[in-house]
Amino acid sequence: MTQDVMNQTFERFAMQILENNGSDSTPALIGMQSRGVFLAKRIQSAATKLSGIELDFGVLDITFYRDDFRTKLKMPEVKVTDIPFDLYDRDIVLVDDVLYTGRTVRSAMSAILDYGRPRSIKLCCMVDRGHRELPIAPDYVGVDVPTKENEEVRVRVAEMDGEDAVDVVEMTKDGGER
Amino acid sequence: MISMPDEYQFSQKHLLGLADYSRDDIAYVLNQAERFREVLDRPVPKIPTLRDKTIVNLFYENSTRTRMSFELAQRRMGADVVNFSASASSVSKGESLRDTIQNIDSMKMDMVVVRHKSPGVAHYLTRCVDAAILNAGDGAHEHPTQALLDMFTLQQKMGSLEGLKVAIIGDIAHSRVVRSDIIGLQKMGAEVTICGPSTFMPLFPETLGAHVSYHLEETLGWADVAIALRIQMERQSDVPSRIPSLGEYHQEYGIKMEHLEMFPDLKIMHPGPINRGVELQDAVADSDRAFILDQVTNGVAVRMAVLYLLSGSIEAESSSRGTASERPSS
Repeated sequence: MTQDVMNQTFERFAMQILENNGSDSTPALIGMQSRGVFLAKRIQSAATKLSGIELDFGVLDITFYRDDFRTKLKMPEVKVTDIPFDLYDRDIVLVDDVLYTGRTVRSAMSAILDYGRPRSIKLCCMVDRGHRELPIAPDYVGVDVPTKENEEVRVRVAEMDGEDAVDVVEMTKDGGER
Repeated sequence: MISMPDEYQFSQKHLLGLADYSRDDIAYVLNQAERFREVLDRPVPKIPTLRDKTIVNLFYENSTRTRMSFELAQRRMGADVVNFSASASSVSKGESLRDTIQNIDSMKMDMVVVRHKSPGVAHYLTRCVDAAILNAGDGAHEHPTQALLDMFTLQQKMGSLEGLKVAIIGDIAHSRVVRSDIIGLQKMGAEVTICGPSTFMPLFPETLGAHVSYHLEETLGWADVAIALRIQMERQSDVPSRIPSLGEYHQEYGIKMEHLEMFPDLKIMHPGPINRGVELQDAVADSDRAFILDQVTNGVAVRMAVLYLLSGSIEAESSSRGTASERPSS
């Protein structure tokens, strides 16, 4: 996926999110650390360009809610969570880069519900790579990529990685790239 | 946020004292504590991070603030908490510390928070059990979480610890807070002066590594922040005549409103509990230049961060060849 395609995708997301908005208040975006934050920002500016509306924007870190952090060797660093608006009765769009097992999204929903009681939560992801382990489905998808378990999907954003791109990389057993 | 090298990795197993922690370890704990501080302001200030952990609070000495703060931090993160206080336990029946801790360990505790009147108890416990040990004060040795919350509050209120001038005033000889504060603050690039009557100074006070002063006003004029220490009445029994009277101490070394007027940028902290009218004048303790209640709130966040970071070491410990008798690497 190239930069042009990604930019089109942000515009499409913005259009769909604004279109689906049934309630009085505008939907609010919450980006998941790390890359989801930048994706959500892009969607926010695309929506502003389209409609002149500035969507509320928040940042969520789900380290506290993960069910797997102890099985990893390294203790994950807790990143910033900053939700500067009241979630009560709002329509939330959760933005993540890659949707895989669904466990991250499960954690994110628990986290959001601790901040308040939103009217609804929808899920937006750049890539859906399949292999779900929980009953979770996305509402807005950039691209569906059927993958093998030993492949890794990498979403790169200019703000963090210097360029916009989506790649699928096959991994060897010892964690190296093939 | 305090700047950190990119490749840093937290690898401590216990928190026995800040002497074992490097500058980067301390900076990492303080940075992580900011995330936990945010949790305390949420509508639901509870996270499930430690829900699979059991923690015992082993308090051989009285404590209100530290114990409540630890327990709150543990419960906010969903841990199971067991409290043990020496006055209402088998200790009064003559059980030894080692036996007590081994019994507690047999009940599969993951972490032990310990306070004891003897220096080195926390360190001794690392050799008795596999659990992660957190020192909540051992005699006049160290009280690392108090120093961490002091530094967190200073970082939050003053913007940076680098180059900050901190005066610690009062009963230096009996204070474990002083030792941890001096070690931590100096590692973080702050300057420390200790000040008090000579009868409150330990033998060879210079060996603590801070500037030493016996003049309150001179010290307050130098400092950005003054930490007043509590006169520990309960530890004065052996030498009842260290100070002629509390009133006279207040006259000579108590921080009063006139000092706040004299030094308009001076800020005040106190580890609590305050003896009002002794180390601090009433109005000073209640003034908006005192961060004393911020310290208490921040204490919960700092303790959550420490519990979180050390909870990771328990698994690493049991899965590697490491044993509980290893000293933590610094």
